[in-house]
Amino acid sequence: MSAAPAYSEDKGGSAGPGEAEYGHDPASGGIFSSDYKRHDDLKEMLDTNKDSLKLEAMKRIVAMIARGKNASDLFPAVVKNVACKNIEVKKLVYVYLVRYAEEQQDLALLSISTFQRGLKDPNQLIRASALRVLSSIRVPIIVPIMMLAIKEAASDMSPYVRKTAAHAIPKLYSLDSDQKDQLIEVIEKLLADKTTLVAGSVVMAFEEVCPERIDLIHKNYRKLCNLLIDVEEWGQVVIISMLTRYARTQFLSPTQNESLLEENPEKAFYGSEEDEAKGPGSEEAAAAALPTRKPYVMDPDHRLLLRNTKPLLQSRSAAVVMAVAQLYFHLAPKAEVGVIAKALVRLLRSHSEVQYVVLQNVATMSIKRRGMFEPYLKSFYIRSTDPTQIKILKLEVLTNLANETNIPTVLREFQTYIRSMDKDFVAATIQAIGRCATNIGRVRDTCLNGLVQLLSNRDELVVAESVVVIKKLLQMQPAQHGEIIKHLAKLTDNIQVPMARASILWLIGEYCEHVPRIAPDVLRKMAKSFTAEEDIVKLQVINLAAKLYLTNSKQTKLLTQYVLSLAKYDQNYDIRDRARFTRQLIVPSEQGGALSRHAKKLFLAPKPAPVLESSFKDRDHFQLGSLSHLLNAKATGYQELPDWPEEAPDPSVRNVEVPEWTKCSNREKRKEKEKPFYSDSEGESGPTESADSDPESESESDSKSSSESGSGESSSESDNEDQDEDEEKGRSSESEQSEEEGEKKKMKKRKKVPEGQREGSSSDEGSDSSSSSSESEMTSDTEEEQVEPASWRKKTPPSGKSAPAAKEISLLDLEDFTPPSVQPLSPPTVVSTSLAADLEGLTLTDSPLVPSLLSPVSGAGRQELLHRVAGEGLAVDYTFSRQPFSGDPHMVSVHIHFSNSSDTPIKGLHVGTPKLPAGISIQEFPEIESLSPGESTTAIMGINFCDSTQAANFQLCTQTRQFYVSIQPPVGELMAPVFMSENEFKKEQGLQGGR
Amino acid sequence: MIHSLFLINCSGDIFLEKHWKSVVSQSVCDYFFEAQEKAADVENVPPVISTPHHYLISIYRDKLFFVSVIQTEVPPLFVIEFLHRVADTFQDYFGECSEAAIKDNVVIVYELLEEMLDNGFPLATESNILKELIKPPTILRSVVNSITGSSNVGDTLPTGQLSNIPWRRAGVKYTNNEAYFDVVEEIDAIIDKSGSTVFAEIQGVIDACIKLSGMPDLSLSFMNPRLLDDVSFHPCIRFKRWESERVLSFIPPDGNFRLISYRVSSQKYVDGSTRICHHISVCWVELTFPCFMLTVGYLNSSLLPLAMAHEETRKNCLVAIPVYVKHSISFKENSSCGRFDVTIGPKQNMGKTIEGVTVTVHMPKVVLNMNLTPTQGSYTFDPVTKVLTWDVGKITPQKLPSLKGLVNLQSGAPKPEENPSLNIQFKIQQLAISGLKVNRLDMYGEKYKPFKGVKYVTKAGKFQVRT
Repeated sequence: MSAAPAYSEDKGGSAGPGEAEYGHDPASGGIFSSDYKRHDDLKEMLDTNKDSLKLEAMKRIVAMIARGKNASDLFPAVVKNVACKNIEVKKLVYVYLVRYAEEQQDLALLSISTFQRGLKDPNQLIRASALRVLSSIRVPIIVPIMMLAIKEAASDMSPYVRKTAAHAIPKLYSLDSDQKDQLIEVIEKLLADKTTLVAGSVVMAFEEVCPERIDLIHKNYRKLCNLLIDVEEWGQVVIISMLTRYARTQFLSPTQNESLLEENPEKAFYGSEEDEAKGPGSEEAAAAALPTRKPYVMDPDHRLLLRNTKPLLQSRSAAVVMAVAQLYFHLAPKAEVGVIAKALVRLLRSHSEVQYVVLQNVATMSIKRRGMFEPYLKSFYIRSTDPTQIKILKLEVLTNLANETNIPTVLREFQTYIRSMDKDFVAATIQAIGRCATNIGRVRDTCLNGLVQLLSNRDELVVAESVVVIKKLLQMQPAQHGEIIKHLAKLTDNIQVPMARASILWLIGEYCEHVPRIAPDVLRKMAKSFTAEEDIVKLQVINLAAKLYLTNSKQTKLLTQYVLSLAKYDQNYDIRDRARFTRQLIVPSEQGGALSRHAKKLFLAPKPAPVLESSFKDRDHFQLGSLSHLLNAKATGYQELPDWPEEAPDPSVRNVEVPEWTKCSNREKRKEKEKPFYSDSEGESGPTESADSDPESESESDSKSSSESGSGESSSESDNEDQDEDEEKGRSSESEQSEEEGEKKKMKKRKKVPEGQREGSSSDEGSDSSSSSSESEMTSDTEEEQVEPASWRKKTPPSGKSAPAAKEISLLDLEDFTPPSVQPLSPPTVVSTSLAADLEGLTLTDSPLVPSLLSPVSGAGRQELLHRVAGEGLAVDYTFSRQPFSGDPHMVSVHIHFSNSSDTPIKGLHVGTPKLPAGISIQEFPEIESLSPGESTTAIMGINFCDSTQAANFQLCTQTRQFYVSIQPPVGELMAPVFMSENEFKKEQGLQGGR
Repeated sequence: MIHSLFLINCSGDIFLEKHWKSVVSQSVCDYFFEAQEKAADVENVPPVISTPHHYLISIYRDKLFFVSVIQTEVPPLFVIEFLHRVADTFQDYFGECSEAAIKDNVVIVYELLEEMLDNGFPLATESNILKELIKPPTILRSVVNSITGSSNVGDTLPTGQLSNIPWRRAGVKYTNNEAYFDVVEEIDAIIDKSGSTVFAEIQGVIDACIKLSGMPDLSLSFMNPRLLDDVSFHPCIRFKRWESERVLSFIPPDGNFRLISYRVSSQKYVDGSTRICHHISVCWVELTFPCFMLTVGYLNSSLLPLAMAHEETRKNCLVAIPVYVKHSISFKENSSCGRFDVTIGPKQNMGKTIEGVTVTVHMPKVVLNMNLTPTQGSYTFDPVTKVLTWDVGKITPQKLPSLKGLVNLQSGAPKPEENPSLNIQFKIQQLAISGLKVNRLDMYGEKYKPFKGVKYVTKAGKFQVRT
């Protein structure tokens, strides 16, 4: 479906109107004489006022650049158009500029002011693209300008601009490495950023500029772990490999005390976590206890990393899977590494380049952890259609995996390979058989027999390879194999491959005592053909001669002297050297008697059998998955994977300091106060703008909460150990739920914002402060947990026991941050929700409170009772209407909102037998007869929570199903509205001052 | 990270270059050409080549080499994955990833590359975002553009880049709202000489084509989700929901994309330390082969093709092989001819016809020509590449298709030692061989009723019969 190109040089221009005069341009590129003229044309086109002509010219210029032709002489003409209105022309000018600015530095400066203007643009995308181009222009003069721009962009309110700033950092660093210190400051700042958009890019910058500054990571470690799952794939790879290095410096090796770990890891693990949850003090105690190292306790942060990366094994990106695999290989306890095998095997279905890299890594892993891949043995079987390089790698893996039990299967498979048409592969197979034979004693004889059979193969390469391998095998038990040596000796007549000939000669020399009659004869033959042999063979002939001279000098003395004399005049100095050396050794002379007496010992000393090893052995000192590992050589910029520390560094460095956060959140809140509430939620919508345009943001909020909590607790259900980790963070599942609900409420609130206002403030107008503050609120619930306990505790409002009016006031106070004197009565974590709800209530009920039953329930504050999926199409939400419940003044009125998203009507909705804690009572809503598809309805029920925050649990029944649901009131909802005059209000407020 | 990219065609012309940092001279590609020459075969060019100052990481796609220049340490898979993503994008934009298509659309290619990488680090790789930035060329648009002078570059700024659902563009609108899912399963198998299965597994993918307005939230559930034990997901899928409920819940990208890919294996993979040993009957046999005799004990693992697994028996689920092949290929010693006889037939086809059957054989080099008669379909033999292709078509159990005849060998050359292996292609419509079944698709978040459809296809993947 290749569409007609908008422009094709070879066809001599397109047929658009107004271009006829340029249509005759030959422009085929091959005619150099016309080059000059053609460029004139282009200049002319660039100078016109018509955008279409400019575009045409730019397209042709870009096509030239793409083919690697020089278009630099057009620079002045092109750079003029940098401020062109047409967006495509502009983009192409950028392409040109970035390509040639380095060569034409002075002229490039002309364009800088345009970008500087762009940096101030109200639109975040324009700011970002201006920064992107500005930083891509490699002109040293503008370094200060770039530095300034980066610094500014790093504190931009738009995460996209901040991401661009992160990208710009390595660019500036490569231009001028003197800026390093300043850049590190910016990196440090950006590392603290809590948006997923920025995380990957800034870690990339970190890796390029200051990978040694591992201390910058401490404070951000937990955040990075938690964000990881939501970062885009490329960022994930970079972050994971950086965290691997980090973990190697900060945690203890999980493989030490392996046995102890297996005995009872759980208990010790839990114990330590609980300690830690109590506070930083006890954590230090735990750290102090660590050096004793009995039993090994995995640092909870270490566990966090392993737990949060595990789901990424299911990523579609091979690079991410590999990154996680190497992380597990380098960091996980032995028992857990196994999970990566399945994912790696899956990658073998991918493109052959991916296979190549994965197999290299599997080969290294399979040496260390053979058991891991054993169940997948058959996935490494070779197809005749595989490329040779893949075949050889698979063979390597198969050989590594072979053991006593599976060797018969493996050998049977090897038999098939030996008959392949691909001779390189056959040679590799023979070597693999040799390796299996040396490693597994049981099959040694079988293999040897098989290899001997191969000696009669028609292909010389196969035979030669077999000889070499047989030689190695024979060294292990030479005594029994006189026959084979004889057989090999016969082969010298036929085999021409030098390596094989040399091997045979060496064998005969070494074991001449086993073949006393044949050996001299072989020497005779070789002496005859000595001059025609390859160097390697000649050396072995000398060797053989020397050995025979020592054992059987009677028969071979003359032959040896003949060979040595021939060698003396050889062209190759190695051979001449060897001949001279050997003669001195073996032929007794007047002075050198001492040595020659021991010559036999020297030459015929028992030699250890060679160990056939994988070429992938010891490759694992390189970080797996890295370029250096693949090349088995250190690549430029490779960061060594450090060894585990002997003693764990202080784990408390990763604790995010609470006071600092309190301060910051205080500040945020204050700013918030100055602004209308809307703008607050606006700034927040920055990174999720696409959702805004969608009126029904239900789904969005859903996805968000799931993805967010996904990072935090994704595996917590499955992993027992993880639970207490969550606890340690001060997040019980309840509080998390309420947090999520709080999120949702925010979303709802946003929904209500008028369209126009949103447009304005989301992209441009919203000032720095508001967005960054609210943003941090949104993306950082992991941080929040850390913040909450301390920062919120002070301001916890009194629960429903005091007069309702007073309560309202206290909530206002809360806003002012004059902490009420009342002691907190409820768990602090709940408060954030209640606060959000309260603030919301305040804004939404600005209008006079008119009590009316069944007034349309505002979307704000709606919380989920039953998810539509769990409810099989029935979705139930509830809100606290903040109106008196007509039946009973002690009851809180709750609006229950039902909607049916299934395609069948839901009948007979009613409340089933409630199981209520003491004191709580429920006034049920009247049964709803039927709810047809797509319809929704609202019912009111009253709950007397008895002024506690205990949840009211009850069943929601339909005709067919029962759902267990529970409503837990936030503290702020346990109230009744009271009317009072302004004066009365102020009076009450005065009483609440808290002094 | 990625410094430069060169696109090279099969004849060794560098027809496109793009630099993200300082310009690297084309001469760096000489190292690549050197390696290519050494490798003899395009498939064997090592993906990573080390040169004195740079590293070259290359992929081979659609008869083109994508050679990227790297200067510092970077995970090779990162680059390889990216290059494939580039090729996929070209495919997506131009319908094919060929030299001609790239040359015709060189400006768009350049604009794409510019957006995909910033300073060598990937920036926007999601096709939905790219399409918002740069509109794919269509015939209509190029006509309109040439008349009105408008451009392919989107003038609205892409908001998708800013959202936390980067894969979906905003403001999608369709008059017909449709969601289609193709469940495609491929059987990878190695069948040995005697017809028993050495290795078999099912590689499945679910490709989706979603054209839904607004911001739909879909959840797709299966009748037998436990079948899928090794799955990789598109980033849009909520991993947690899958973990807890085995439901695929996602806000889809707009258009075509691969939702999941999965593997159903014939082997019983046991995770971690708990290894359940199933009984293995060990028997001693003597295997005689022309040149290699081994006496070995081999494990007769229960790997013979069996009926498809039910959910309960998943632990032992095995792959049903839908075809069998009878073959006899022999070459006579000291004569310049050989015999070739292959018959193919259906096995357990579950009431579905097997169609699109093709047999491909890479004959040994000494084969000069083949003189065969098919009872069904047609065959071709390429004397240069020595590839025999037999296009069989549909298999009916009543009349089994066969291909018989003589093979002419180069006279004087020794007879080939190995019999070639047969690569088989086939297709079964309306069947997922693993038994996977989609239960239902629910949509939330939007009011309209979408049109939904699921299609199942089973194909042969790397299906090889050793002879």
